[in-house]
This record gives sequence, C-alpha cells and structure tokens, in this order.
Amino acid sequence: MALEESHVRRAAHLARLAVSDDQASGFVDDLSRILDMVDQLQSLDTEGVTPLAHPLDATQRLRADEVTETNQRDTFQRCAPAVENGLYLVPRVVE
Amino acid sequence: MYEKTLTQLAAALKSGEFSSRELTAHYLQRIEKADGQLNSFISVTAEQALQQAEIADKARAAGNAGRLAGIPLALKDIFCTQGVKTSCGSKMLDNFIAPYSATVVEKLNAAGTISLGKTNMDEFAMGSSNENSYYGPVKNPWDLTAVPGGSSGGSAAAVAAGLVPAAMGTDTGGSIRQPAAFCGITGLKPTYGRVSRFGIIAYASSLDQAGPMARSAEDCAHLLGVIAGHDGRDSTSVARGVPDYVEGLNAPLSGLKIGLPKEYFGDGLDPEVEKAVREAVKVYESLGATVREVSLPHTHYAIPAYYVIAPAEASSNLSRYDGVRFGYRCDNPSDLIDLYTRSRAEGFGEEVKRRILIGTHTLSEGFFDAYYTKAQQVRRLIRQDFLDAFEDVDVLMGPASPTPAFDLGAKKDPVSMYLQDIYTIAVNLAGIPGISVPAGFAGGRPVGLQILGTHFAEAQLLNVAHQFQQATDWHLQRPAFAEEYA
Repeated sequence: MALEESHVRRAAHLARLAVSDDQASGFVDDLSRILDMVDQLQSLDTEGVTPLAHPLDATQRLRADEVTETNQRDTFQRCAPAVENGLYLVPRVVE
Repeated sequence: MYEKTLTQLAAALKSGEFSSRELTAHYLQRIEKADGQLNSFISVTAEQALQQAEIADKARAAGNAGRLAGIPLALKDIFCTQGVKTSCGSKMLDNFIAPYSATVVEKLNAAGTISLGKTNMDEFAMGSSNENSYYGPVKNPWDLTAVPGGSSGGSAAAVAAGLVPAAMGTDTGGSIRQPAAFCGITGLKPTYGRVSRFGIIAYASSLDQAGPMARSAEDCAHLLGVIAGHDGRDSTSVARGVPDYVEGLNAPLSGLKIGLPKEYFGDGLDPEVEKAVREAVKVYESLGATVREVSLPHTHYAIPAYYVIAPAEASSNLSRYDGVRFGYRCDNPSDLIDLYTRSRAEGFGEEVKRRILIGTHTLSEGFFDAYYTKAQQVRRLIRQDFLDAFEDVDVLMGPASPTPAFDLGAKKDPVSMYLQDIYTIAVNLAGIPGISVPAGFAGGRPVGLQILGTHFAEAQLLNVAHQFQQATDWHLQRPAFAEEYA
C-alpha cells in the first residue's frame, strides 16, 4: 500500500502535529520504508484468527463505585503552562 | 564499594561495614566524576538521596531496616517521581515536575531504597540506541564510541560503569534486555501485568513493562520481589501472589529442558555473538540441562506486527500532550489549533513524530483492518508459537541481540534500527518474561544471553540465570572505565 503525501498530511492533521512542506517529504520517505517492512504481514494467512489485544486475554476488573481520590486541583495545575482561578488558559475559541 | 553487587552491599550494610550515607556519598561522587563522559543521568537528586540515606541508617539503628534498606538505585526517567523532574527524555516534559509517584517508586521507597536520580533514555522509550534523547546520547562504558543500547540506555550504562548498583528500566520491545546485553549487565523484563504500570509514562500500554537492571540475577531477584504485585491503580496488573524470588535461586538445573529457537540463530547473527551464546548453552549442559532445537515459525513477523501495534498505541497515548494541562507550550499561539500543532511539533523529536504519524495512519479510516486488525491476528500467532514451544521445553535460549553494541551514529535509517530488536520484540507481543545475562564478548563488546520462560515464570528464569552466574564470571567483569574512577 503506497504512501502518498496526502496520507501524511491527513495523519498530521488528525494527530495535531504541525508538519512543514520540507518535513512532509522526509516523512513520506521514512514512513514508506516502515510501511514496506510492515507489509510483510500481508503475506501471512490469518483467516479465522481472533485478534489479540492483550497478552493474557484479561478482561477489565470492576470495582465498587466509590469516591477514592481527593481533590488535588491546585497540585495538578502547578505543572500547567497557564492557569487562572483554577481554570486552564488557552487562546480565545469563541468570539 | 562500587565493585560489590547489590546483594553484597545489602549484606555489608546489615553487618555495619559502612553506612548508607557513606555508600550513597560514594556513588554520588562517582556520578559527579564520571557522568560528564557517559551522560547516563538526566537528573541527579543528591540532596534527597543523602536525606533518604540518613533515614535508612536511623531505621537500621532502630532495628527497623528491611532487606534492601539504604541501597542506592537509579530510576529511568520514565517513572513519575513526586517533586522531581520526570522528562521521559523529551523536550515535551523538560519542565514537568511529577505531582505523584509511580507505584514502583512508592514500593522502592517503602523498602527503604534510595534514588540517586533519573537516568537518560530514548525519548518516550522509542529507540534502541539511546540516540533519540533530547538530553543527548549516552555512551557505552565498555567503549565510549559505542551506543549503550536503548531505550533504557542510561540505566544500563550507569550500572555497568559502577555509578549505581542497580537501576529500574522499562521494556516495550527489548528496552531492558538489549541495553543490558550491550552493557554487560543483567536485565529482567517480567511478564506483562507482573509489575504495576501506574505512574510509568505510557508508550504502548499492551506491551510496556518495568523491571530491574543490575549486576546479577540474584540482585534482580531481590528487586523484583519489591516491585512486583497487584495494584488497583493499574487495571492490567495481575492479581496473583508474589513468590520469594530469592528462595528459589539455588535449585539445581538437572533435567532442565532448554529449547534453542532455530529462527534465533539464522541470517544476520554475528558469528562471535553466536559462538558466545553456544558456549553458554554448553555450560548449561554441564549443569545437567538437556538441549533441543525448537521452532518459533512466526518470528519474522514480529517486527512488522510490533511497528503497527506499538505506534498505534503510542499515537493514542501521546495525544495527551496538548500544551494545555502540562508539559511544553509553544510561544504566542495564534489560536487553539496553532497551540496544539506547534506545541507538539516543537516538543516532540523526529522518532516520536514518525511513530505518531505511523500509528495515526494505520488506525485511520480505510487502513485499520489491513494494518491494525491484521497485526493483532499475527500477535496471537506469535504468542501461540511460544505457548507451543513451552509444551516441550522449560525455557528458551538465544542471543538478546544479533550484534554487540554498534557505533554511535551507525544506524541512520529507522528501519535498520528497528531490525536490531528481532530477538526481543516478540516477547513483548506474547507478554512472556525474559532476562538477558552477560555471556562473553564479541570484538571487545559484551554479549547477552537471553533466556525466556512462559507467563509468570520469573522465579524459574532467575534460578536458571543465577546458576549460570555461579558457574561463570562474565557478570562480574567490569569495563576499564569503571576502574578509572575508583
């Protein structure tokens, strides 16, 4: 499956990653080589094989629906780039 | 002091040969003198370490010291450590002071061990040479022109150079075992779910696992006993009792059935590495083990499957770095999209971007089934290979890496770097444990023997590795670099 620059552009948009025109062609080269290697998978017959998401085939455990964590907003916001009155600041979204 | 293994240091602290404060100061001094050349630490927390050492000494004087109290360690900079910078080797987290500690860190603190600092690593644990760190490459103490391996390269180099007796690493595709092999130390990747991932910065959550890196299997047994166990804060950690890993170390190996996967001795294997590994297997035969060839027929599909699954999980995990809640933010963003896209473009390095883009692409509409579903199907076949092999043999043995440590700058093409992990990566896909132990040298650089067991066979792996280390002294050999700072 050949990779085109439009694929890289789409992935960069979905991943919210700024990619310049120069970088895009470099990524097309690198990612094409990686995907060529990955394409070896296509030669294997996996008809009827159940996909494996977790090495131990575990299922999610449930716990009681109880409040266990205390409010640590101030602690957690200390490592934020910009906060005010307990809120995270970002550029204006709604005019 | 630095010549001693962790086990010997614990005995010396217990007998009062020296105090934890003296021991801690000794290692801090070695780091200060030698690490300018190695670059194995990102942060050294000298003041906290000395304070912790005094607490350990007081506990010992009061008769309250546990088995490892007062032992200095280092943590790969992927373990969140409350109040300490936790960078994950990335510019993105260069300003991140962790507000809480990983379960592994809490358990080590509770055992009374002392953290000397945070070790260098490939950015977000993505790499096999430690050349992808924002903080610069780490050098291999056996040869300063060689890489230490990755991604836990700082941990491996620091232990090999005698800057710390042991360190914690993480392993997603070989990141404990390969650097352990390259630096001539012992490194254990436990079964997926054996050690809590809580507070370990996520790369690929169905593959990541933490483990000890030290001088000997005995040292690793002591440390695994501390860090293993169920944790309600990690939904994938397994509720299963933790055996005494030290107790079983001396069990005899007579009757042990060893399998040599023929795919691990094929094209691309350095002849000197092969020779060292085959010599090691002969040592096991002399200890009463029997050896037979086995096959893991899907071995060559492991790297392709990994490079779908790991980047897919990474692209999701790394979406949290948005420049809003923590980590790097670009200057003067014009709007919210500019803030996201530029913070991420400026904060992440090249390899991380490649994996985010690959993962996003393979998960996107039109490609998901061909890549992701297919890779997960192949993952099941790879796991089945191991389960089938363990029907016939107790453990598998082979090289940890096809070559000894390569030169810094030698592998510029990402795919050629990925192919280095041919013998380690399938183990993570299958979720089984593996250990690398020193088994000689190739061209003056260390060779690692990899031993694999079935799920939760850590005690057996440590026993098998320990018996080898009772019969050989490869694990006690030191690079000349370590002696220069004696």
